[in-house]
Amino acid sequence: MPLMNMVEAINSALRLEMERDPSMLIIGEDVGRAGGVFRVTDGLQAQFGNRRVVDTPLAESAIVGAAVGLAARGLRPVAEVQFLGFIYETMDQMASQAARMRFRTAGRIHLPMVVRSPYGGGVRTPELHSDSLEGLFVHTPGIKVVMPSSPYDAKGLLLSAIRDPDPVLYLEPMRLYRAFKEEVPDGEYTVELGKAKVVAEGDDLTLITWGAAAPVATAAAAEWRDKQGGSVEVIDLRTVAPMDEEAIVRSVAKTGRVLIVHEAVKSGGVGAEVAALVSEKCMLSLLAPILRVTGYDTPYPAFAVEEDWLPNKQRIFKAMQELLSYR
Amino acid sequence: MWINPEDLTVTQWQVLNEAGELVREAPSLGHRQLLEVYRYMVIARAYDERAMRLQRQGRIGTYAPFSGQEAAQIGSAYALERSDWMFPSYREAPALWVHGAPLEYSLLYTMGHVFGARLPEGVHAFPVQIIIAGQATHVMGSAWASTYLEDKRVSLCYLGDGATSQGDFHESLNFASVLKLPAIYFIQNNQWAISLPRSHQTGSATFAQKGLAYGIPGVQVDGNDVLAVYQVTMEAVRRAREGKGPSLIEAVTYRNGPHTTSDDPNRYRSQAEVESWKQKDPIVRLRRYLTGLQIWDDEREQALWQEAAQVIEQVVAKAEGVPKGTLAESFDYVYATPTPRLQEQWATLERGR
Ligand SMILES: Cc1ncc(C[n+]2csc(CCOP(=O)(O)OP(=O)(O)O)c2C)c(N)n1
Ligand SMILES: [Mg+2]
Repeated sequence: MPLMNMVEAINSALRLEMERDPSMLIIGEDVGRAGGVFRVTDGLQAQFGNRRVVDTPLAESAIVGAAVGLAARGLRPVAEVQFLGFIYETMDQMASQAARMRFRTAGRIHLPMVVRSPYGGGVRTPELHSDSLEGLFVHTPGIKVVMPSSPYDAKGLLLSAIRDPDPVLYLEPMRLYRAFKEEVPDGEYTVELGKAKVVAEGDDLTLITWGAAAPVATAAAAEWRDKQGGSVEVIDLRTVAPMDEEAIVRSVAKTGRVLIVHEAVKSGGVGAEVAALVSEKCMLSLLAPILRVTGYDTPYPAFAVEEDWLPNKQRIFKAMQELLSYR
Repeated sequence: MWINPEDLTVTQWQVLNEAGELVREAPSLGHRQLLEVYRYMVIARAYDERAMRLQRQGRIGTYAPFSGQEAAQIGSAYALERSDWMFPSYREAPALWVHGAPLEYSLLYTMGHVFGARLPEGVHAFPVQIIIAGQATHVMGSAWASTYLEDKRVSLCYLGDGATSQGDFHESLNFASVLKLPAIYFIQNNQWAISLPRSHQTGSATFAQKGLAYGIPGVQVDGNDVLAVYQVTMEAVRRAREGKGPSLIEAVTYRNGPHTTSDDPNRYRSQAEVESWKQKDPIVRLRRYLTGLQIWDDEREQALWQEAAQVIEQVVAKAEGVPKGTLAESFDYVYATPTPRLQEQWATLERGR
């Protein structure tokens, strides 16, 4: 099996689906000739032509609005928003238009569209390039939100997202684009949306994470196991809307202690939703308060200090310590 | 009767041809001012070259070079009073400098400094705008404030060719026209928006005509001719101050370098194109004119580049000498008063969790 990094895995998913489904097209800024600012769509315009891989004018709201119109007419647009910080430009089209179409028309019109966007910190970008904004869309019924953290999942989840009958926001953690390679099948396969992955099994504590924060959290949990003993169960949600409630409840029932690690700001973040879910569904299993390690409640800071803002191993260790010593 | 875009003809405004000769009457700038403008342009170019090197050395972050656009930026900024308001994008270090923000502030921004977007008190400019065309609406609000306050100030924003595709740009033009505001939309058409050429950005023959549908006069100017840029901007400033409403300027220029230091322009444009624009270099053109006026020669040229190197050295030293801000300090600037939750987070941050 070939080794791929996340950029290659996403590119492979796009290519395979373009080959399989003539109704799919890719639209966005710089996605064609240049192959995207991160080369995610590299080579696709050369292979499929500029009718199917389209460099659009610079206007995110129009890009997503166009995807709505295209999808309603039976096509499968995969739109790119160059960085997630620019998704605010599209909020009306995403939230008021795309997310509600099936609901408003009572199922007559549905929108099989995907919006892809890179996000996440740690790569010294200028302002508004690093923000984790999944919370905005988890709060928007009608949109699914997918956040892979590995090349294998990235490819399988993207193929599911493109084939899904509803709008999907697919978020790509920039720092993980080329961070590591793993075995990824050349051909097609899918990873089901809404299903979490148990990255590591354990009995003492459940660490719930996703997207850009997942590798940091997973590595911290592994190091903790090696140094302190004890066992931490790590759950990578992979899809934050819909959320895999069953996987969360099953694990918490076993461990009784919950740590949530995400990169987005804390207040109103998806971590709060996970915590609420745990207290609704398995409160009596809890042996300690639910803790969160997240970004702070400020706008994403200038890159000179971003490492202090991002969840890191020390903060995760402290929280685990607190949870495990709680009596 | 149908109105057709082909019926419109737009002629580019030029004062100096590529040889540095006058093709029409020059704006009323004295020798001292001409030399000042030239100095700005040369030092800006030296800054740009240095910043590219600093980026490669890892001393600054992603950098958006402006080389090739000095005349467009400096000619327009020179037409403003310091009391006027400026709304830049991310490529306007020279314009901001001419408008009173020392160059080290631009460098601090690219260093990702906590306070890199805080320009000094008294500089009437917004910081770098990352969101394409966001500033187009601010310039309109600022111009509105001037009509409300009757302060006779003008508000000018810089936009790229790509930025004209955003809704914000069009919505703002419409507001400014309806409300007859003293706003200037200065478009630097540098031919590219990252990898997209102007033909992918607009079906219009020019960007200059973008204001017409909104009832706003426009002009296309040779953006590498600093005298022409100054002249048309002065005209727009005059109209604004006299209460005659907004103007739109398209400066035709070229981005000599990559979009930013993360970009590889060889993927989408030819070296031949880059070379052809070098013939139109804005600095060379003004130098030829000054030489023709016999107020410039090789000796002075050399001395100026030496001065430029020293100035830039100081700029770098100043920026690198600014104490590294901390994340904790920035907690003071989320709200006027930090919320209890922020205070709690600040405390855990200070304790290292
Ligand atoms: C809303 C938004 N969308 C996309 C981007 C990414 N981006 C940064 S610069 C740029 C091209 C801008 O081109 P233009 O307006 O011509 O200005 P130039 O870079 O040529 O100065 C793009 C697409 C952004 N910063 N903001
Ligand atoms: Mg441009």
